[in-house]
Amino acid sequence: MLAFLLRRLASLIVTVWLASIAVFAVLQLVPGDPALLMLGVNAQPDTLAALRGQMGLDQPVLTRYLHWAGDLARGDLGVSLTYARPVAELVAERLAVTLPLALLSLILSTVAALPLGLLAAARRGRGGDWAVLGFAQLGVSMPSFWIAILLILLFSLTLHWFPAGGFPGWGGGVGPALHALLLPALALAVPEAAILARVTRTAVLDTLGEDHVRTARAKGVGRMAVLLRHALPNALIPVATVLGLQISFLVAGAVVVENVFTLPGLGRLLYQAIGQRDLIVVQGVVVLLALFVVVVNALVDIACALADPRPKGGES
Amino acid sequence: MPTAKPRFTLAAAVAVALVATSLTATAQPRTDLVVGMALEPPHLDPTAGAAGAIKEVTYANLFEPLLRVDADGRLIPGLAERWTVSEDGLTYRFSLRPNAKFHDGTAADSADVKFTLDRARAADSVNAQKAYFAPIAKVETPDPHTAVVTLSRPDGLFLFHMASGDAAIVAPESAATNKQKPVGTGPFRFDRWVAGDRVVLVRNPDYDGVQPKLDRVTFRFVSDPAAQVAALKAGDIDAFTLFSTYEALPEFRSDPNFTVTVGSTEGETILSTNNARKPFDDVRVRRAMAHAIDRQTLIEGVLYGNGVAIGSHFPPHREGYVDLTGMYPYDPAKAKALLAEAGYPNGFDTTLRLPPPPYARRGGELVAAMLAEVGIRAKIEPVEWAAWLEKTFKGKDYDLTMIAHTEPLDIDIYARPDYYFNYKSERFNGLNDELNRIQDPARRNALYGEEQKVLAEDAVNGFLFMLPSVTVQKAKLTGMWVNRPVQANDVTGVSWK
Repeated sequence: MLAFLLRRLASLIVTVWLASIAVFAVLQLVPGDPALLMLGVNAQPDTLAALRGQMGLDQPVLTRYLHWAGDLARGDLGVSLTYARPVAELVAERLAVTLPLALLSLILSTVAALPLGLLAAARRGRGGDWAVLGFAQLGVSMPSFWIAILLILLFSLTLHWFPAGGFPGWGGGVGPALHALLLPALALAVPEAAILARVTRTAVLDTLGEDHVRTARAKGVGRMAVLLRHALPNALIPVATVLGLQISFLVAGAVVVENVFTLPGLGRLLYQAIGQRDLIVVQGVVVLLALFVVVVNALVDIACALADPRPKGGES
Repeated sequence: MPTAKPRFTLAAAVAVALVATSLTATAQPRTDLVVGMALEPPHLDPTAGAAGAIKEVTYANLFEPLLRVDADGRLIPGLAERWTVSEDGLTYRFSLRPNAKFHDGTAADSADVKFTLDRARAADSVNAQKAYFAPIAKVETPDPHTAVVTLSRPDGLFLFHMASGDAAIVAPESAATNKQKPVGTGPFRFDRWVAGDRVVLVRNPDYDGVQPKLDRVTFRFVSDPAAQVAALKAGDIDAFTLFSTYEALPEFRSDPNFTVTVGSTEGETILSTNNARKPFDDVRVRRAMAHAIDRQTLIEGVLYGNGVAIGSHFPPHREGYVDLTGMYPYDPAKAKALLAEAGYPNGFDTTLRLPPPPYARRGGELVAAMLAEVGIRAKIEPVEWAAWLEKTFKGKDYDLTMIAHTEPLDIDIYARPDYYFNYKSERFNGLNDELNRIQDPARRNALYGEEQKVLAEDAVNGFLFMLPSVTVQKAKLTGMWVNRPVQANDVTGVSWK
């Protein structure tokens, strides 16, 4: 297990390092000058040069990479070129929206998907199964932003239960903040729940066909007990893997829903920073996202290794 | 249970108080305002950035220049309550409001004016409009309430430039931190900034001028067109300025809860043309393109009719405007004839690069279709803003592009050497030099007229239309600006009926 963990750690560091080189190199290639963007079409050459100097853009590329990567290794993400604030501060502010949003939709989708998947598996080929499969098909086909627009139409514009977007900040209390996050979380959760319900159904059906389950049934164990004690634990491994993939997706991919609801999340920060050529912010956020994905994947692998009910002798 | 009763009484008292406040709240007009804007400012220092959104939050609300521009484009007192100009147009004497204070409590005096102007024209200045300050030779402070500015050459637009957000008066103590914690002299103070979502300003009780009627103004940033409409309809936003989801306007116009106003901006929208590149170096080709474009159809298609056609680089609402829209009437046959005369009987291939704003993306498609009618096959190349600035504006590597020039009175860009149009005209430069020397308004307006004619005759660019200033607001709101003579959301005169 220790060797396994060390291997994971090494690959994690290498991946993040490669990501830092990749994002830095890509940003050197795309056209666009953050100083020119800041000063606009009436900027004079001497003003531009002064601002480029202030931004540190007059340094050679390698010097800038080493400077940035060195700070990064010490945990310093640098200072934003446009906002003139530490990147860590900006990211923390945005994570305060994106993480609760992702967590909320993860909870909503899991709470909905597991029982639905189990129900479909238990009622295979019958009405319940068809209903769940129908929901899953619909949920997978509808993109989050479309669901988001439907939710806004119903709950904001017609019923006036929820705001149509925006985020009041956590400073105003947990209630209003959660109130603003519920619709977007729901919009994100529906497609997730659809995928998860299907995966759960398939995984449970697979295990139901296996020998140890047949043996259990032959021993006279009840249907419900077989489902919950023998089939579900085994089925949880593929479910957890998909769930892990989805966490990364929820954090990195919430940008569209954040835009529809105008939520100040990490996705929108990245989107704006690319538009502004705020290189320091883009680099920092991309490296953090890479780190996040790698860490989540590692955790999922470890969790799967732990959850595997097979005897833990020897490496397999 | 001795504590139960007082608790109940307290709860009852709170309930009564709540009911009472809600009753009075319904009886009295609201004193808060939520303004919607499409773009978020990158920071809040108007003296260190060109982004229009910075001035749209701060101008006149947070920061005051020496002079201000009012809703009709007139110059009115700002931090200076009076000013005089010497006969030779070289000495400007500004008398400041005696009790003006910055939001941190320090006095706003002539030393701050000197600091601001010297900082903007210094070698390491990062002011986006540094050219505004170039004529200044020296700034003197005979007393705390008087600033005397001496110019090295006359500049007919100097006062106008000193009324721009770029010339907002800042204090040496706070200049470095204004980007995040702006400290100005205006009737509103900075309260907080929820990055990515909103900036909140509150009334400045210590303001020495006329107190605004609003206590709290929130600027919310909503870039998605569908989200803008939803936020207005849900009542989350009271007024959306520079609204560009034109297709939603009929819906708001027919709703009695909303008022829609359409006013003017300073944004001349043009088909910028690389005058140095073949075949656009031939004036016949440029005139052919002018004949090929049907401006009215363009205005219908892009702005849903909410725009005014132009025939040169000058806004119709300003004094000195000459109507030249009739110089090149829409006439595809004539355009083809001119192209044949120039040696392109079968037209030619070219590229039309389009930056992100909807007027450009939508308008570009229409312009390309109109050019195709006369044989000019323009390949559309959408680019993002950063790439547009780098390749088109700075690199001057382009054929055609479509863009709104939003700076007020910016016809002088045609006299700049190395500007991205690559246009050179001795005649125009001569007129521009004369304009810089002359103060007399009548003579200035005549010169502006001459300049417009030269640009139209040379068909330097395709002159298309003025970008409208569209505001969708709640019907009970009064005092919002209809026109946009400067980049601003001046809410100092806004109130609820």
